[in-house]
Amino acid sequence: MKAAVVVFPGSNCDRDCKVALERTTGAAVSMVWHMETELPAGLDLIVLPGGFAYGDYLRSGAMAALSPVMTEVRAAADRGVGVAGICNGFQILCEAGLLPGAMMRNVGLKYICKPVELEIVNQQTRFTAAYGGKRRAVMTLGNNDGNFFADDATLDQLEGEGQVVFRYVSNPNGSARDIAGIINSSGNVLGMMPHPDRAFEPELGSADGAMLFQSVLASV
Amino acid sequence: MKAVVHVFLKPGVLDVQGKAVEGALHGHGWTDVGNVRVGKVIEFELRDETATAARSRVEEMCVRLLANPVIEGWRVEIV
Repeated sequence: MKAAVVVFPGSNCDRDCKVALERTTGAAVSMVWHMETELPAGLDLIVLPGGFAYGDYLRSGAMAALSPVMTEVRAAADRGVGVAGICNGFQILCEAGLLPGAMMRNVGLKYICKPVELEIVNQQTRFTAAYGGKRRAVMTLGNNDGNFFADDATLDQLEGEGQVVFRYVSNPNGSARDIAGIINSSGNVLGMMPHPDRAFEPELGSADGAMLFQSVLASV
Repeated sequence: MKAVVHVFLKPGVLDVQGKAVEGALHGHGWTDVGNVRVGKVIEFELRDETATAARSRVEEMCVRLLANPVIEGWRVEIV
């Protein structure tokens, strides 16, 4: 499997994502700087990692969404390449219009940094098939702006079309309909606030994130 | 020429920062204050052109970057 992790100025989970991918799937992982105008050939997965791209200035992910590399990421997504936006990456995908909705300040106003239990709502996606019927997963949240918002029509569509992938068992941030992760209508672009890259080995407290990367491997 | 852009959360979108500010104002005795909304002002210079042309370009800047149309509205002033 060939993967790329995009690095924006202010990304800080890029190395975690690289290590997680290598250890769970044996993937060959390239790091791609946000100013690049070409991606490596033959990619199976592009990861937009967590962090504070552009310092979260203006809005989280707003300026990163206009980085030169995002033209190529969008083109790859249109061709069906897998794209996973984790935390800041999810924010960037929403700002770029690759996923619907927007992220707002957590309803409790506090930065939340803790493991959370998720319900795996759609087991049939490119990112969840390897969970093998497991209904719950524990992964770590670390963010200030993880409150997912979309209007009712969009939320109804996401739920109706099976685009909700993860839900919070106990909603920590006010996200609409307890949504923690979604995919686009083509099923190849995932955005999620919790970090599978912080839950891929038992020593990290949970290895439930490993199966997400392994699902992508199985789909290749 | 100068542009002044006001960006604010759309009515009906929960403004948690606004609520926090409202609570703090109430705590200091200004208990009649309600519906506090916290927005942003972004000001910048741009090349001289007709106000209509400038406004049109700034509107596009708002849609593409300065505001998130999913949750925010905006007002453009050309000075």
